[in-house]
Amino acid sequence: MTTVSVRVPTILRTYTGGQSDVSVSLDDGATLVDVVAALDASYPGIGQRVLDDAGKIRRFVNVYVNDDDVRFASGLQTPTPDGSKVSVIPAVAGG
Amino acid sequence: MSVTTAPVPSSVAPDLGAATHLSCRECGVTAPLGPFYACVECFGPVEVAYDYRRVTRDRIESGPANIWRYRDLLPVPVDVAETPNTEPGWTRLLRADRLAAELGVRRLWVKDDSGNPTHSFKDRVVAVALAAARQLGFAVLACPSTGNLANAVSAAAARAGIRSFVFVPRDLEPPKIVTTAVYGTTLVAVDGTYDDINRLASELAGQHEDWAFVNVNVRPYYGEGSKTLGYEVAEQLGWRMPRQVVIPVASGAQLVKVDKAFRELVALGLVDGEPPRVFGAQATGCSPVAAAFKAGHDVVRPVRPDTIAKSLAIGNPADGPYVLDVTRRTGGAVEDVTDEEIVDGIRLLARTEGIFAETAGGVTVAVLAKLCSEGLLDPDAETVVFNTGDGLKTLDAVSSVVGPVGTIAPTTDAFHALGVRA
Repeated sequence: MTTVSVRVPTILRTYTGGQSDVSVSLDDGATLVDVVAALDASYPGIGQRVLDDAGKIRRFVNVYVNDDDVRFASGLQTPTPDGSKVSVIPAVAGG
Repeated sequence: MSVTTAPVPSSVAPDLGAATHLSCRECGVTAPLGPFYACVECFGPVEVAYDYRRVTRDRIESGPANIWRYRDLLPVPVDVAETPNTEPGWTRLLRADRLAAELGVRRLWVKDDSGNPTHSFKDRVVAVALAAARQLGFAVLACPSTGNLANAVSAAAARAGIRSFVFVPRDLEPPKIVTTAVYGTTLVAVDGTYDDINRLASELAGQHEDWAFVNVNVRPYYGEGSKTLGYEVAEQLGWRMPRQVVIPVASGAQLVKVDKAFRELVALGLVDGEPPRVFGAQATGCSPVAAAFKAGHDVVRPVRPDTIAKSLAIGNPADGPYVLDVTRRTGGAVEDVTDEEIVDGIRLLARTEGIFAETAGGVTVAVLAKLCSEGLLDPDAETVVFNTGDGLKTLDAVSSVVGPVGTIAPTTDAFHALGVRA
């Protein structure tokens, strides 16, 4: 089994009972898409906030696996090995 | 009220002037005025909505010689000017005939925002963010920055007497480190790019809810400060708009807000005519928006920046898609220039107009020149090019290419021996 921790942004904490950090358990070989599915299973509705109707990461959401923006990696297919830290962050910041 | 008190209870409505609520730019979902920056439905950017009262030229002209003359058009209380602040804005708009002649443009102006209190346009946005943050009950001012914002936040917090935290890339130009730290802020150098620091700031904002990260959790208010650049250009031209503007693009917020300002002035009946064509300027080493424009895309693919124009080095620009919308709607373009062209742009502006721009200003001038040579900019249409920062902060960009023609003994013979043409 693989355990992945997820940092939840403020605007999604209504789904996690106010928790800013949660973790999910997955089968070995899981990727980011499995993390989002597991999150949604534990916190119903959260998946739709992160992914759009076509199942892609929303335009204004940045997702990081450890230190890497997944847009520079393999998107939702980015591997999330045991101990990975996933961070979901609103993209609308800076400048 | 004092900003050092705890956040105001949600039952107390903040006094943000004519601002009425927040609205998502993407899906239109609304939210009450508060410390929200991303839409709860789609994560899209939220924007301040207003119910403007009647605003007249006379009322604006009778206001102070700073951005607060436009207070009726900003999310700030009507008495905002009475609270200690850096009083930014009302910077000079200079007719640039010599630069125009060099480029073959008929009528050209430079909006020189290096004249602000900490020498960049960032004083405008920070002043509005601070005024809104006070109303929203924040206790601390903070930001991730490529330097200019760091200066502006530190100075504004000092003058307001509140604590500030500023996060900058470790490899920032040394002058920008000094000109931030001197104000007594808590300055943290981070081993990462600006985009890494942006992420850090977003995470910290989620942990310290009484911290106003000016360009993160109070960004909807902050961004409105850039509208004052557009208002000023129109007022300084005698209440009319130029036909074309050239504006640097980092996050893209400034360009989008200047366009918004012109459209508001038309809607309010303060100016007549069509808003200008808007051109965006990027450095080739960080040109995700220019690349998307040229490729005909409506989304911006992030890049890892590598340019001397560090103040524009945002690889994942939040307002990139809206820059594409504005430039396409107005018949403008987004163009990029190499580091070598940026240095040439700095020198060209300095040599022809006596204005020493930072690298971002070199980008806009070089893009202006490129747009002229490509025929994308109409040389017969009145144009305003924006210089948003001061060359003294980025001396390294030109220090190796300008200097004395020689070093001599203090004698007339030695001077004449140099052979410099009199």
